[in-house]
Amino acid sequence: MQAYVLRRLLALIPTLFFASVIVFVTVRLIPGDVIDLMLSQNDIAADKLSRDQLISALGLDKPMWEQYGRWVSAILFHGDFGNSLWQSTSVRELLFARLPVTFELGFLALIIAVTMAVPIGVYSAIRQDTAGDYLFRSLSFLMLAVPAFWTGTMVMVLPSIWWGWSPEVKYVPFTENPLQNLKQMLIPAFILGTALSAITMRLTRTQMLEVLRQDYIRTAWAKGLNARTVTVRHALRNALVPVVTLVGLQAPLLIGGAVIVEQIFVIPGMGLLLIDAVTQRDYPIITGVFLIVGIAVMFINLVVDLSYGLLDPRVRYR
Amino acid sequence: MAIADAAVRPAIRQHGAVSSFLLRLLREKPLGAICGAIFMLFLFCGVFADLLAPYGMNQINPLNRLKAPSWQFPFGTDNLGRDMLSRCLYGAQLSVIIGFCAAGLATFVSIVLGIVTGYIGGKLDLITQRFVDAWMSFPDLIILIVVVAVVGPGMPQIIVTLGLLLGIGGSRIIRSAVVSVRENMYVHAAQSIGASTGRILWRHILPNVMPPIIVLFTTRVGTVILAESGLSFLGLGVPPPAPTWGGMLSGTGRTYMFQGPWLALAPGLCLTVVVFTTNVFGDALRDLLDPRMRGSR
Repeated sequence: MQAYVLRRLLALIPTLFFASVIVFVTVRLIPGDVIDLMLSQNDIAADKLSRDQLISALGLDKPMWEQYGRWVSAILFHGDFGNSLWQSTSVRELLFARLPVTFELGFLALIIAVTMAVPIGVYSAIRQDTAGDYLFRSLSFLMLAVPAFWTGTMVMVLPSIWWGWSPEVKYVPFTENPLQNLKQMLIPAFILGTALSAITMRLTRTQMLEVLRQDYIRTAWAKGLNARTVTVRHALRNALVPVVTLVGLQAPLLIGGAVIVEQIFVIPGMGLLLIDAVTQRDYPIITGVFLIVGIAVMFINLVVDLSYGLLDPRVRYR
Repeated sequence: MAIADAAVRPAIRQHGAVSSFLLRLLREKPLGAICGAIFMLFLFCGVFADLLAPYGMNQINPLNRLKAPSWQFPFGTDNLGRDMLSRCLYGAQLSVIIGFCAAGLATFVSIVLGIVTGYIGGKLDLITQRFVDAWMSFPDLIILIVVVAVVGPGMPQIIVTLGLLLGIGGSRIIRSAVVSVRENMYVHAAQSIGASTGRILWRHILPNVMPPIIVLFTTRVGTVILAESGLSFLGLGVPPPAPTWGGMLSGTGRTYMFQGPWLALAPGLCLTVVVFTTNVFGDALRDLLDPRMRGSR
């Protein structure tokens, strides 16, 4: 097990390297005239930063490989992501403040999605080709197609017209008032989890259908076990392994969707930070968010890989 | 037999193939066929938006501000008195252009990357796959936002970015299809009579990975439309006053939705219907064309 974890961590190095190159090169594609645009757009900051200062703050005055080396070593050895161009806060501070909010939102969405999807998927498989199965399958297609920003908008608009009620948008941190915070996060998390829930539902159904036809399920029935034990202990546990992989692979979907949901419900997470940074062209923040998101997804995938052993005793790490 | 069959099938595709395939679709996947028809209707609306739209996309009429849906304005009007039906039709046009161009580019990138890495393999494949791993750990929307932040919003940028973005991710699907086709007898036969790599890729591999390519393209159209509208919703897509479906749900229109909820209804419904039909149609195509991929999404 330890050797396996070590090998997986080592295998992460090339991927991390490529990810850092992608982040670095993408943001470094800034055309020269954008510098002028940045200076003209941010009047207040213009007198604080001259053109040359801005270029050196962005690190654009050195050769590409040297810029990359400085950037990576600052992050690796000092955890330094640079400073915001227009405010004097460090990007690391901003990231640390916003990351837990997005994490909470994503985690809640994940829990809601899975608790909805797995029972429905199991039901659909057991009652294959019944009216209920068709209903849930159509529903899952619908849930995949409805864009989060539309449902989000409807939730804001319709109840306010009908009942004069609209979701709370003044964010309360979890540490201040956990109950109020959860109440506030519930609707956004539900909307964020919709698409993931649909995918999970469909995969749970196909996996269950496959597992239910296996010999050991027939044996379990023949032993006279009750339906609950057969479906949950024998079938579901085996069907869940690919489902867990899928949920892990969909982490980007949750984080990407969080940007939109945070925007609608004004939740101060990474997504809102990114959008604000984009409108202000604050490149160090953009770079920081971009990199952290990529790294987060990689580690989620790693954790998912390691969790197989808990779910499936046949998996041995070598 | 099965192997020989698979190799011969593309070669003997004759006249009635398309119509017999449509018949099969209708018989085995009625819902898929209906969705395919709706999808064609969407295409038709997009292509002929200029002829179908009763008003101009940005034709302002202050007298008709925020009119509820009626016979004159079936989808109502917005805060500037613009007809929502016309705007939705022109929105379909934008979606068709972006959807097909970006999905086309994405499929092309996937084919090139997937076929080359899958067939040649070795170190090239190993390095490319690590790159694809890294690429796929970034959420689509985040990459899009960052690229738009760097190069600025606009239709060409969005098409190219979405094309590359989804193309690199989708190359995995083509690659795995190529890896399984590569070991077939007819490929070894072609190699042994000294066919060039280019010829093998073009004449032997490509025709046999066509089914996943067709399915990939169809589902990508939906993905692209959804991604573009998300970007427009955030104000980073095709800049206003272009009537993108996502853009109509954001910006100044948002403040008027409380007075005219139909402003939120029409574009959202259009989007949902189009993405829903592409997904169901793509799934039906996959089940008919490529049974191995069933349930893989």
